[in-house]
Amino acid sequence: MITLEARSEPSRLFAWLSPAIALAITAAVAGLLFVALGRDPVRGLSMFLLEPLNGARAVSEVALKATPLILCALGLALCFRSNVWNIGAEGQFLLGAITGGGLALWFTARGIPTHPWAFFPLAIVAGALGGMCWAGLVALLRDRFNANEILVSLMLVYVANLLLAWLVFGPWKDPQGFNFPQTMSFAAETALPQIARGLRTHWGLAVALLAALAIWVFLFRTFGGYQLQVGGLAPAAARYAGFSSRRALWTALLVSGGLAGVAGAFEATGPMGQLTPYAATGYGFTAIIVAFVGRLHPMGCVLGSVLLSMFLIGGELSQSRLGLPSALAGVFQGVLLFALLACDTLIRYRVRWRAAVPAGAAPG
Amino acid sequence: MADRLHLTGITKRYPGVVANDGVSLRVAAGEIHAVLGENGAGKSTLMKVIYGAVRPDAGEIRIDGEAVRVRNPQDARRMGISMVFQHFSLFETVTVAENVWLGLDRSVSLAEVRGRVSAKAAEYGLALDPLRPVHTLSVGERQRVEIVRALLTDPRLLILDEPTSVLTPPAVERLFVTLRRLAASGCSILYISHKLDEIRTLCSACTVMRGGRVTGTVDPRQESNASLSRLMIGAEPPPLPPRPARAGPVALSVRGLSLPRPSPFGVDLQDVSFELRAGEVLGVAGVSGNGQQELLAALSGEDRRAPDAAIRLLGQPVGSASPGRRRDLGLHFVPEERLGRGAVPTLSLASNLLLTRRESLRTGGWIARGPLAGQAAAIIERFRVKASGPHAAARSLSGGNLQKFLMGREIDAVPKVLIVAQPTWGVDVGAAAQIHGALLGLREAGCAVLVVSEALDELFELADRLVVIARGRLSPTLERQHADIGRIGEWMSGLWAPAAATPQGAG
Repeated sequence: MITLEARSEPSRLFAWLSPAIALAITAAVAGLLFVALGRDPVRGLSMFLLEPLNGARAVSEVALKATPLILCALGLALCFRSNVWNIGAEGQFLLGAITGGGLALWFTARGIPTHPWAFFPLAIVAGALGGMCWAGLVALLRDRFNANEILVSLMLVYVANLLLAWLVFGPWKDPQGFNFPQTMSFAAETALPQIARGLRTHWGLAVALLAALAIWVFLFRTFGGYQLQVGGLAPAAARYAGFSSRRALWTALLVSGGLAGVAGAFEATGPMGQLTPYAATGYGFTAIIVAFVGRLHPMGCVLGSVLLSMFLIGGELSQSRLGLPSALAGVFQGVLLFALLACDTLIRYRVRWRAAVPAGAAPG
Repeated sequence: MADRLHLTGITKRYPGVVANDGVSLRVAAGEIHAVLGENGAGKSTLMKVIYGAVRPDAGEIRIDGEAVRVRNPQDARRMGISMVFQHFSLFETVTVAENVWLGLDRSVSLAEVRGRVSAKAAEYGLALDPLRPVHTLSVGERQRVEIVRALLTDPRLLILDEPTSVLTPPAVERLFVTLRRLAASGCSILYISHKLDEIRTLCSACTVMRGGRVTGTVDPRQESNASLSRLMIGAEPPPLPPRPARAGPVALSVRGLSLPRPSPFGVDLQDVSFELRAGEVLGVAGVSGNGQQELLAALSGEDRRAPDAAIRLLGQPVGSASPGRRRDLGLHFVPEERLGRGAVPTLSLASNLLLTRRESLRTGGWIARGPLAGQAAAIIERFRVKASGPHAAARSLSGGNLQKFLMGREIDAVPKVLIVAQPTWGVDVGAAAQIHGALLGLREAGCAVLVVSEALDELFELADRLVVIARGRLSPTLERQHADIGRIGEWMSGLWAPAAATPQGAG
C-alpha cells in the first residue's frame, strides 16, 4: 500500500526534478500512444524531441513559435504569482494582433513610407496598448463589480475572436481579395526585421528575452514586485502590511495584457503578414502550461516555451511525416501539465511503501 | 451503578508542554457535566482523548465501568461517544439528509436517512427539514444538523464543544431545552464552555481545568460567577506594587467605535471607547472570539470601515487610513498570527522586514539587498533570535523565535504606539520574559503600548490599566492596583454593571 507522508520542509531537489519526471512520464505515454497507433515509438518521439532541433531552419521555427509563448507566459506567471487568475491571454493576444496588424494595415493602405526598424517600436506600442485595454476590462470588472477574473478573462477571448472576425469580414476586408475574409497583405516596410536572411525568426525574440529579464528584475529586485508576490503568497500578510490588492490586480493584468498584446502584434506583422479570422493560434492558452512548467519563474518560462514550441512543431511533423493528426501536440501538452501537477505532490510529500496498516494503528 | 465515563490520570505531553497532567473526571449517566477552563487549559486535548482523536501517554478510560481503549473516532462512535465540534463540517450545496448520509454506512438508503432525520428531530423537538439545502440554513439550524447527526448514532455520551459561541440568545434557550430532554432520556453530556452563566443554568456538575490540571469539581448551581472564575483563572496573585505613573498625553483614542461583524463567525463591535496614553501599558483581557480580532483589525487599518473620527492617532483622525499611513504616523502592530499575517512563511527574514520597514528601499522602489540583510541581522542579534541568518525562511523558525523577530522588527522602528496581540502565545518561558522586558522598556521610553491577551497573569505583569472585552463591548477601565481576578473573570462573561442588565447578541 502506498501512503503519502508530509515533508517538514518542501524538497528543493524535487522542485527541480518534478518537471523532468513529468517530461519522462509524458514521453512514456507518448511512446505507448505511438505503439497503439501502429507507429514506431522511437521515430514518433524523435518527431517531438529531436527533429524540431535538427538544423538551422528547424531551430528558427522553434524560436519563432517560442517568441509569443515566452511573452504570454511571462505575463501569466506574474499574474499567477500575484494570485490573479488571468486565463485570457489568448484574447489579449488577439487584441494585440488587431491593433498591431491594424496599424500595419493603415500604413499599407495609405502608402505611408516607413522602414522595418522604424515600424518595429510602433508595432510594439500598438500591440501592448491593445492587450492592455483587453486585460484592463478584466481588472475593471473585478475591481468595480467583483466579477470573477477567471470567467471574465476567458469569455473575453470569444469576444476578441468575434471582433477580429467582424473586422476581416467587414470594414478591413481586402477589396481585391476575391471576397475572402482577410485584409490586404501588409507592406514589406511594416514587416518585423529578420534576424537572419531566409529564416523566419525575427527580432521580436530579443524583445521576449529582454522582457524575461525585466520581469525577473521586477519580481526579485523591486518593491513593486515584492508587494505583488506577498499578495499571492500570504494575502493576510499583504493586508497587514497595507499593500493594495487593487494595485496588484491592475499591475498584474496590465503587464500581462500588454505582453500578450505585443506577442499578438508580432504574430500579425511577422509570420502572418495579414489578418485573417484564424489569428487565434492557441498561444495564449498554451502559455498557461508554459507558466506552470516554468515554475512561474521568468527563466523557466523561456525554457518551457522552447519545450512546448517543440511539441507544437512535433505535432505538425507527425502529421506530415507519420500521417498522424497534429492534435497529438495538444494531447501531449495536457499529459505534461497533468503529470507535472501530480509530480509536484512530491515536493511537499514523500511516498512510502507500507504493508497493510495494522489494526489500531490509525493516525492519532 | 458505575459512572458513564470515568477518566483517571489522563496525561498527554506535547514537545515543551503538558496538555493534560493526570486529569481525572467522572460523569454520571444522564448528567450534564461542564468542563470549564480558559483557552489553553487543556479542555480540547481532553475531549480529543475521549473521542479517540488523540492517544494519551498515560491514564485509563472507563465507560460504564468497563476499561476501554479508544483508538480512533470510529471506535468512539461504536462505544456510544459522539461529538459536536465548534466549527461545523457540512457541505453547503447538498441537503440536510444528504449531509447526514455522507457520514453513515453505505448500506442505508437516502430515503431511510430522511425518515430517520425527521424522526430524531421530532423526538427532541428540533425543527429541521431534511430536504433543505444546507446553504439556506441559519447558523443555529446548521448546529441542529450536527446535533441530529450525532444523535442518530444513539450516543450514551455526547460531547459539545463551545456550542453556544455562534448562537443568538433565543437559539441558546432552544438548545438547552433539547439538551435537558436528552439528559432526561439517560444520555450523558459533556459541555465545554467558558461562559459561567450558561454553565450555572444548565449543568449539574462542573470540572474546572487550568494549565492542564483539574483545579476542582463543583456543583455550579451552588457557586457564584466570581468563585467559578477564581477556580478557572487561579489563585489571587500577590497585590501588585503600584508603579510610578508616567502616563503622558493621549496617543491613541477610540470614541464610539461600532462595526458590524465582517464574517458570520465574527463579532459586532459595539460602541467601543478608550484612551491610550504615552508611557503606559493598557491591557485588554477577554476570552478569544469576543471581538479582539475585530478591534485589532480596525486599529491596525486592516479593516478600514471605521469612520475617520472614531480612531484618533496622536490627534489625527485615522479611522479609514491604510496600515502604511498609520505606520508613518508611528503606530506599529504585532498580530496574533505570526505565520501568514505577521510574516510570509516562505520568504526570508530579510524579505519579511519589507512588510513594515522601508529603510532598505532606494528611490524607484529598488531593494537594497545588502543593507536589508544587514538590518535583519542587526534585529536578529539585538533580540537574540535563534535563526540561521537573515536569509532563513520565516517558517523555519520556532514560534518563540519568530515572535522575537517580529517584535524586534516593530520595536526597532521606534514606534509611538505599539499594539500587540497575544505577545507570548506559544512562546517558551525565556522568550516570554524577554518579550515582556522589551514591552516594559518601550513603556519606559514613552511609547504607548496596547496589549491584547488571554493570559491574565501576563496582563497583570505588564499593564498599568486593564479593560475587558466581551461580546464586542469594552468594560470600564480598572487601575492596576484595583484589578482583582474575581471581578475580571466575571466581566469576561460580559457581566459588568450597569450593562449586565441588557444582554447583547451572542458573541
